[in-house]
Amino acid sequence: MLADLAEKFRARDLTLNLAKKIKEKTSRTWTLMEVCGGQTNTIVRNGIDHLVEGAIELIHGPGCPVCVTASTSIEHAIRLSMRPNTVLCTFGDMLRVPSREGSLLDAKALGGQVKVVYSPLDAVKFAHRHSELEVVLFAVGFETTAPATALAVRYADQMKLSNFSLLVTHVLVPPALKVLLESENNQVNAFLAAGHVCTVMGVQAYHEIARLYEVPIVITGFEPVDLLRGMLATVVQLEQGESKAENLYERSVDPEGNLEAQSLLSDVYEPIDRHWRGLGLIPMSGLGLRPKYHRFDAEAKFDAEHAVGKLSNKCQDQDSCQAGAVLTGLQKPEACPHFGGACTPESPLGAPMVSEEGACAAYFKYRSLG
Amino acid sequence: MSDIEDIVHVACPLPRTSRDFITLAHGGGGKLSSQLIKELIAPIFGTALALHDSAILAGDASNLAFTTDSYVVRPRFFPGGDIGSLAVYGTANDLAVVGAKPLALSCSLIIEEGFAIAELKSILTSMKAAADLVGVSIVTGDTKVVERGSGDGLYINTSGVGQLVSALKLEPRQIQVGDQLIVSGDLGRHGACILSARHELDTVLESDCGYVGESIQNLMKNSLNLHCLRDLTRGGLVSALMELSEASQLSFRLLENAIPVNDEVSAICQLLGLEGMHLANEGRYVIFSPASETDKILSMLRSYPGGESAACIGEVVPKSNFSITLVTPYGTERIVTQTLGEQLPRIC
Repeated sequence: MLADLAEKFRARDLTLNLAKKIKEKTSRTWTLMEVCGGQTNTIVRNGIDHLVEGAIELIHGPGCPVCVTASTSIEHAIRLSMRPNTVLCTFGDMLRVPSREGSLLDAKALGGQVKVVYSPLDAVKFAHRHSELEVVLFAVGFETTAPATALAVRYADQMKLSNFSLLVTHVLVPPALKVLLESENNQVNAFLAAGHVCTVMGVQAYHEIARLYEVPIVITGFEPVDLLRGMLATVVQLEQGESKAENLYERSVDPEGNLEAQSLLSDVYEPIDRHWRGLGLIPMSGLGLRPKYHRFDAEAKFDAEHAVGKLSNKCQDQDSCQAGAVLTGLQKPEACPHFGGACTPESPLGAPMVSEEGACAAYFKYRSLG
Repeated sequence: MSDIEDIVHVACPLPRTSRDFITLAHGGGGKLSSQLIKELIAPIFGTALALHDSAILAGDASNLAFTTDSYVVRPRFFPGGDIGSLAVYGTANDLAVVGAKPLALSCSLIIEEGFAIAELKSILTSMKAAADLVGVSIVTGDTKVVERGSGDGLYINTSGVGQLVSALKLEPRQIQVGDQLIVSGDLGRHGACILSARHELDTVLESDCGYVGESIQNLMKNSLNLHCLRDLTRGGLVSALMELSEASQLSFRLLENAIPVNDEVSAICQLLGLEGMHLANEGRYVIFSPASETDKILSMLRSYPGGESAACIGEVVPKSNFSITLVTPYGTERIVTQTLGEQLPRIC
């Protein structure tokens, strides 16, 4: 498998040839947004933006689940972790994300019960083993992560667990793309859509956006060759004045998506309005638990005064953080006056400097030297 | 709850015997303490163990190297080693990379109350086997027992004294622009192995935990021109190079394709969103030496088990804003930064 990856999707010659072809095909510089933080990471890590310089200007999209989770949700998670006999289960990425009340890592140091899990089902198992504790899963992420948390709800339901609940902050990609396209500052000529979100959800929603907004959308994987193949297809569309959704992550994305995951999602969750860090309130851009699973909703279960997300407008990073501009592609991380100075991964002003998938963190970690 | 269960729950449990488990009394300095030393520790470590306040070392008192390290690894047993062998090799390797042959080690045990004596015995036996392989004696030690809940089973501290075996000064200030960076084998096995054990990943990977002194002494015996050595432990290659960059006031330029990482380690890294050059090693070191020595060094390293994939991974360049830069397979260049601390699992 690894040898296959190296040979087919990371090969030097193939990569360089694709970059050359892209340059040959372009008559002007096109602005492309890669939607997902995983794509951003590959691009910055390998200096792919430099390989296509002049032909393509890459701007980085909002597809980092850690980055777009509202500060108020993190504050709620922190308070839950400090609640007696309560354990907050989270993915590791969330630990360092700052909020106005510090981070989960700070909470842990101060005695908060924070447990890192790899799989949402680990949180269910933990709750089953510890009936004396309230176990809350911080359900963060896009359509990629949501089926796994939905499965956790199903299992907890079947096991009749009464000490398990979720703090749900799931978000959906298509509504965010529409917001970006409708913005008067929009500079995006085309999108490189996130392959793993489409693996779950399929391609249909992207056909509609491409048609409605006349914007090419090409679905890519996460290796250098995947991204450059996607860029080439995008550039060909742009040069020919086409705007359609194309799937270039054929080895993972079925046009219909993963039907089983989709049915699980629609059984457990329903679309709701959601606040995004940096983007504000986006209608029907989040997932919330359906009424039949209401008893697993941590927001409803614990202290109403802690209710956040859908109720609160307060979801800013520290005032000086320009996460909004970075997450919408209006500003490159390096252009931020705080980048690398007041804002570093050790002492982040905002979420994009924290996560592995955050654009600021990727620039800080790998900043290509040209 | 049934009546029978009630009875079982209130029944007086059998007292835990001090034969099977460590109790606070084992660290109290009384009869059980001395029994533990005389009946368990001393027989395993051998006659060299000082039962007096200090061990007396014979030999030349000049040109000694002295180091100490504490070991808190979890899990205590991992494929390719355990906390005991690690505690011996780790300290012996710290001596070896400055060009010293280990003369004597100390062993301090901090044991949590309730620790199984059978496990302790197995760890001490492993320490002895490692010390024999290094060719060093464990000559002094200490045992403390902490209350249950105050420690994570067992912590070991070892200190080591070594004799410098050559006039060669192996230190960061000897590093020069143009020196080549050579690693003694593939990177990240120990870290990947521990992470796999913690995350219950199914792997056949073994830690690289082992003694590096033999190959280093061989390099020195053959009068190769070595400028500096550094063993690559916690924080991996990157942390070691960061420290050396600061100490030498020089920067390092690496070739991504040249850095040897075993396929299995690479797969684990990709699964967990990590990189091999950040992962811990316990039997690998980096050499700085003039380019003229590279081929000779590599052929010598490759004759040692685990050294088959020894490789030249880059060169020393004048100090720039970045301590480490790396040329990607595509010819672009990026910087390499240290991880923040504990490597956290990622989301997707």
